[in-house]
Amino acid sequence: MEETIEVAGLRKRFGRTLALDGMSFTVRPGQVTGFVGPNGAGKSTTMRVILGLDAPDRGQVLVGGQRYQSLRRPLTLIGSLIDASALQPGRTGRNHLLWLARSQGLPGSRADAVLAQVGLETAARRKAGGYSLGMRQRLGIAAALLGDPPILMLDEPFNGMDPEGIIWMRGFLAVLAAQGRAVLVSSHLMSELQDVAGRLVIVGRGKVIADASTAELLAAASGDRVTVRTTAPEAAITALARAGASAAADGPDVLTVSGLPAGRVITVLSESSVPVSEVSAHRATLEEAYLELTRDAAEYRAAAGEAR
Amino acid sequence: MTTATVTPRRPATESAGFGRLLFAEWTKFVTVRGWVIAMIVSALLTVGIGIWAGAGTHGQPCGEILPNGQTVGGACASPPLGPAGEMVTDSFYFVRQSLPGDGTVTARLTALDGSATPGIAGGTSALQSWAKAGIIIKASLRQGSAYAAMMVTGGHGVRMQYDYTHDTAGLPGGVSAAAPRWLRLVRSGDTLTGYDSADGTHWTLVGTARLPGLTTAVQAGIFVTSPDWVTNENASPTLASGVFDHVTVSGSGPGSQWTGQDFGLGAAYNPLSGGYRQTDGFFTVQGSGDIAPAVRNAAGGSSTADAGITGVFAGLIVALVVGTMFITAEYRRGLIRTTLAAAPRRSQVLAAKAIVIAAVTFAAGLAGSAAAVLLGERMLRGSGRVIFPVGGLTEARVIAGSAALLAIAAVFALALGVIMRHGAGPVTATIALLVVPFFFTGPMAVLQGTAADWLLRVTPAAAFAVQQVLPAYPQVSNTYTAQYGYYPLPPWAGLAVLCAWAAAALGLAGFLLCRRDA
Repeated sequence: MEETIEVAGLRKRFGRTLALDGMSFTVRPGQVTGFVGPNGAGKSTTMRVILGLDAPDRGQVLVGGQRYQSLRRPLTLIGSLIDASALQPGRTGRNHLLWLARSQGLPGSRADAVLAQVGLETAARRKAGGYSLGMRQRLGIAAALLGDPPILMLDEPFNGMDPEGIIWMRGFLAVLAAQGRAVLVSSHLMSELQDVAGRLVIVGRGKVIADASTAELLAAASGDRVTVRTTAPEAAITALARAGASAAADGPDVLTVSGLPAGRVITVLSESSVPVSEVSAHRATLEEAYLELTRDAAEYRAAAGEAR
Repeated sequence: MTTATVTPRRPATESAGFGRLLFAEWTKFVTVRGWVIAMIVSALLTVGIGIWAGAGTHGQPCGEILPNGQTVGGACASPPLGPAGEMVTDSFYFVRQSLPGDGTVTARLTALDGSATPGIAGGTSALQSWAKAGIIIKASLRQGSAYAAMMVTGGHGVRMQYDYTHDTAGLPGGVSAAAPRWLRLVRSGDTLTGYDSADGTHWTLVGTARLPGLTTAVQAGIFVTSPDWVTNENASPTLASGVFDHVTVSGSGPGSQWTGQDFGLGAAYNPLSGGYRQTDGFFTVQGSGDIAPAVRNAAGGSSTADAGITGVFAGLIVALVVGTMFITAEYRRGLIRTTLAAAPRRSQVLAAKAIVIAAVTFAAGLAGSAAAVLLGERMLRGSGRVIFPVGGLTEARVIAGSAALLAIAAVFALALGVIMRHGAGPVTATIALLVVPFFFTGPMAVLQGTAADWLLRVTPAAAFAVQQVLPAYPQVSNTYTAQYGYYPLPPWAGLAVLCAWAAAALGLAGFLLCRRDA
C-alpha cells in the first residue's frame, strides 16, 4: 500500500463562499510537504475533508489508497493535529491520549510512549485546561503519533510555540520524514517551513497555485538576478543600463541587477571603473517566492474586502 | 532531540470495532471528575430529597386508622388487610345473623338515598355513586375478612363484589319503589353465587366467588355503606340509607336473631354513625364507610413503603445535565472532530455514547432509588407511620423503573445535545418536558384533571408512571392523580412513551450527525 494522501478535484462551497475550487495534490512518503497559503485559502477545509469531517461537494480524497470512511483504525494510518485546543479542560493530558488509544484498540502504554516522545511526561497527569498553547500543540502531536501512523497531517503546528519550540518542531518533523513517513504540514508563514519542507504545495483561493520541490521554487524565484554592493550606485546604474541591464537600488549601497549574468556585470562595471565590493548571484528567500505566487490571491481578498 | 521508533503495525481486530468505541467513550466519561461526581450527587439528591419529602409531606404522625385509610392521633393501629394482603377499607352498617352452613340470603331493595351528615363541616348529603346497599356473606367479624356481596350502588347499578378487589356488574340503573331490585346470594361450601332480579321471579346469575377457607359458620345479612366524598383538597365521610324488605336467610339456625352493628366504625373517632330500624318486615339501614381496597387521597394519612422515590426528579435533573454535556462539551471545544476522526462511523459513535451515558445514569439511578426506598421505608416504619403494604416485585419495579427513567432520559438529553450542539437548549428542553410536567401534576399539583392526564400521557414525563405502586380501582371513587401517586398510563406504557421520545430524538441525532460537517 502506497502511504500517501491523494487529494483530487475538491470543491466545496459554504453559503456564498467557494472554499475549495478544484484542490488537487499528493502527499508522498519520506518528506515533509509544506501546505502554504494565506488565511482563508482553504488549507483547514482541505484537511477536514481529508479526515472525513467535512464532505466535499465534488472530488475525493484517498488516504493510503482508501476512503477515510472505510478505515477501521484510522489513527494507525494517519495521525493528525487540526486543533490543539480541542481538549476537555477537566481531563488530564494522559487520559486524553488514553481514550484515543482505546478507540483504536491500542494499549495504554502507547500514551506514555508518545508523551515521552513529545517531552510532555511531567505535565501528563495535569488537567489539560491548564496547558499553555505550546503544551497543547505538543499534546496534539502526541495524539497524532499515538497509532504510530505512516502518514501525519498537522495544521499550523508552530502556532503558539516559542522560538525554542519552533526549532524543536522543525527537527521533529525532519526526523518523522526521515523515518519514511509522509508528513503534511500547513502554515500561513513560509518562514516556518524554511529548511524543513522538501516539497511545497502553495494554495490560494481554494486551489493549488504551485506544487514543486523547495529547490525548484527557490530557483524560479531567484531568476537570474545579481546583487551588487558598490559605493557609487548611480554610476553603476548608468553603466549597467548602457549594457542593456536593469538595476534598482535595494539599499544605500546595494543594487539588484537583472538582464545580465554575474560575469558580464563584473566586466561592465570594471570597464566603467565603478568601485565594487561584492557581486553575487541573488538568492531569493522562500518568503519572496511565496509572496510573489500568492500576490493574486491576496489582492483578490483585499478587493473583496473593500467591495464589502 | 527525541527520536521516534517505528513499532510494528498491529493486526486490526475488525469485529471488536464497536467494543473499542464503547471502551473509549467509557474512558472519556470516567476521566472527567466533574461528571463522575455529578453522578454521585445525582444518587445522593435522589436519596436526600426522597427521604425529606417522603418523611415530611406524606403521612401524618401515627395514629388510629380510620376505615377510609385516614389516621387519627393516638396509639398506632394496624390497618386492616384483605385476604390478598392489600390494605382495605372494611366498614359498614351490618344487620346480620349467623349462618352455620350452606344457605341462601335474599332481599329486595326499594330505596337508596344519601343522608345528611351531622357534624361534618362542608359535608354532603348527596348520594355517592359508589354508596352500597345489599346483602353480604362474610367469613368473620374481623375487619378484612373474606366476603361476597350483592348490592345496589348509587350510580353503577347492581354489582356483585367479593374480597375487596373483585367487581362484576349486574342489572343497570337505580332503585326505587317502582323499580325495586331483588338480590340473592347462595352459599355452598366455600362457593358463593350471586343473582339479581327485577321482579323476584326471574333471576339472573351475576357471578360466582370462591372464598378459600370458608368452611365454618359465617355472618350473613344486609348492609349499607357510603364512601368518602373526595375532592382534590379534602375527603369527608358520607351517609347513605337503604330500605329493604322480603329479607330472608335460609339455613340459619333456629331462633336466629337480627343483630345491628356499626361494623368497623368506632364512635370515638367517627362523628357519623349508622343504625337500623325494623318495622313490619321493612328494614331501614343507614351506614357510612366502604368495603373496598384502600386508596390514597387528600385524607390519606397513609404513606406507601416507597415514599422515598419522590426524590428521583432531583437526581434526574443532574442526569439530564450530564447527558447533555457528554456531547455538547465536545462540540464546544471542537473535540467532536477528534472523536469523529478516530471513529469515522458516526452512528456507532452515537450508539456508544448513548450506551455509556445510559449505563452510568442507570447505575446512579439504581443506587439512588434503592437507597431512597429502603431508607425511606425504614424511617417511616421507625416513626410508626401507617404504610400501605407494597409487594417486593412492585418495589423492585419502582426502583429499576426509576433507574431506567433516568437512563432513557439521559439518552434523550444526549440526542438533543447532538441535534442542538449547545448545552443550554437540551437541558432546558428536557427539564421542561420531563421534570416540569411531573412537578406540576405531582408534588405541586397545580395542574389537575384532563390537562394533567394528557400531560402525563404524551410528554416524556409519562415515564413517572413506573413509580405508581397502588392500583387505581374503578369501583372506588377517588382523585386518582399524580399528586397521590396515580398515573393515567400503566407503568411500562409510561416508560414506553419516554422511550419513544428518546428513540425519535436519537434517530434524528444520528441522521444529522452523519449528514453534517463536523
